[in-house]
Amino acid sequence: MTVLSWFAVILITITSVGLLLARDWRWLIIFLSAQYFGMLILTLVHWPLGMASVKVVAGWMSAAILGMTRSGLPRENKSEKQSILPRGRMFRLFASGIVILVVATATPRVDAVMADAGYAVTTGGLILVGMGLLHLGVTDHVMRVTIGLMTVLSGFEILYATVEGSILVAALLAVINLGLALVGSYLLIASNAEIEEQEL
Amino acid sequence: MNAPIIWIVFPALVAFLLFTIRNQRALSIIGGTLTALLALAAQFIPIEEAFKLGTLSIKIDSSMAVLGRVLQIRPTEGSLLAIIYGVTALWFFGAEASKTAPRIVPFGLLITTLMVASIAVEPFLFAALFIELAVLLAVPLLTNINHPPGHGVVRFLIYQTLAMPFILFSGWLLSGVEASPGDIALATQSASILGLGFAFLLAIFPFYNWIPMLMEETPPFIVGFLLWIIPTITLIFGAGFLDRYSWLRTSPQLATTLQYTGLLMIVTGGLWAATQRHLGRIMAYSSIAETGFSILALSLDPRIGIPILFLLIPARALGLAVWSLALTVIKDQAESLRFNAVRGMLRNIPFASTALILASLSTSAFPLLAGFPARLALWENLSHVSLTAALWLGIGIIGLLISSFRTMAVLSMAEEYTSWELSEDWLQSIMLGLGMIGLFILGLFPQFIQYFLADLPAMFDHLGR
Repeated sequence: MTVLSWFAVILITITSVGLLLARDWRWLIIFLSAQYFGMLILTLVHWPLGMASVKVVAGWMSAAILGMTRSGLPRENKSEKQSILPRGRMFRLFASGIVILVVATATPRVDAVMADAGYAVTTGGLILVGMGLLHLGVTDHVMRVTIGLMTVLSGFEILYATVEGSILVAALLAVINLGLALVGSYLLIASNAEIEEQEL
Repeated sequence: MNAPIIWIVFPALVAFLLFTIRNQRALSIIGGTLTALLALAAQFIPIEEAFKLGTLSIKIDSSMAVLGRVLQIRPTEGSLLAIIYGVTALWFFGAEASKTAPRIVPFGLLITTLMVASIAVEPFLFAALFIELAVLLAVPLLTNINHPPGHGVVRFLIYQTLAMPFILFSGWLLSGVEASPGDIALATQSASILGLGFAFLLAIFPFYNWIPMLMEETPPFIVGFLLWIIPTITLIFGAGFLDRYSWLRTSPQLATTLQYTGLLMIVTGGLWAATQRHLGRIMAYSSIAETGFSILALSLDPRIGIPILFLLIPARALGLAVWSLALTVIKDQAESLRFNAVRGMLRNIPFASTALILASLSTSAFPLLAGFPARLALWENLSHVSLTAALWLGIGIIGLLISSFRTMAVLSMAEEYTSWELSEDWLQSIMLGLGMIGLFILGLFPQFIQYFLADLPAMFDHLGR
């Protein structure tokens, strides 16, 4: 399980950095879905498969909701490309590196606070929280904001699963993930309303 | 039958049915009547006590099991439910006058039931999850699918969502502190995380920039509803933390932190309100100061602070309802809510303009109005703790008063020989008129509301005793 957990940490690192660098919405959805798979592996360390799979199913459904909404929109929104400031990929890669460095230094202390979480779980959770916050800090585009929030929540859920095994909490967090995706889709459609109106 | 089904499940089901109705008046009447009945039931029907209804003997259980946890409405929480549903009824009855009924009634009822669920859930920590669900529902309430959302809505979503992980996580850390009270590092960490969570949720400085943005972008009546229900329930949730953890309750640092935070919100809210030239932004900063008053009340000795906290709730609710309805009416008549667009409107829309000025003065602690008794009690008791703090409170209130008088001056600055006319419709005039009378009644006879407030501190095991 330990090797698998570290594999999940590597997967999460790749997907979260990928989410920050990708410009095509299709890649965003692919990275997000893969991220939820990594989350499943890390949650399995402390939760049984039945409960852990709730998270991945809810996550994939959320990714599907966002993907289907975005695919239904007529064309690429200009603001989507302009929303990440600064736009350089090197800058975002450098910022991701700083987040990973901070996580690496903070992990031992956080792991000491967490009850038997394990280094891999703590690292994975903190990377997602950090990268999600970075994502929220550099964009104001609705889809990216939604993905940023979902990334932060995923990281938190990994950490929280080590200390809380309540079914009610698992169910409510799944509903919140789905709700966030629905709200993101709603705002995405609303953001596009003006463009559609202009085209007509 | 149990209390959570009556006050949570049933209204939530009705809320879903209300989505199918489009008629403003029908929605307003159904929503308002239902919530008023729920409020009356909460106040007068005993929970966990058998009572006779004709030949039937009925007993309402307080709890309901959900997925291994419990939703519990205790008998002592009846008055709180009465206030929550009563104020919601106020908003729903005003919905037709504001022409927002198809949105605010179904969404508002769902949000209210989730907020009630957040008070009822055991362990109480899980309230953060229900509050987050309510926040998610607030987004479609605030935005229209045919118009691009503004930055305020996106920031509202981000800040409120970030609050949930912090609060849930701090709850787990706090239980660790309880197990080993000597661990100062852990106590500091957990208190900091908890503070950050509540800073996001209550929109504490500097996380409140979404409020003025929302007031510019979205219908004031809807924002007013959210500015009432979210901070009010969050403050009760926060007081629950103090009640539950004795080390937190007795910590002198916490009282100081709450005092500084409350004053920071009152002073910045007051001073920013005084410098604004947009009626919506003035209401936004005044509501920030309102939250500051409540936080300041929590910093006092709980035996005094908790009753003041509850006394602030009805005044805040009525003030915001009247203020936001008046702003909605003015927005319909003017190009925008900027000072240059609303100049002299007192002569065109006298009811809305007067209601706006009175609601603003009530928030500014103007004598004879609803906000005055609670603020006077707060000011007096704060001066016993710290004269410097009382002075800062005074500065914040002066800022709020300046904003009220500037508003009054702008609204009454009409061209010479402009004739008086009544542009509000009869329903708007009646609702605003009743609201203004309510502001005076709460200001002149604060003991009237004590009937509902007297038993509220009993909902806590330790606070206010």
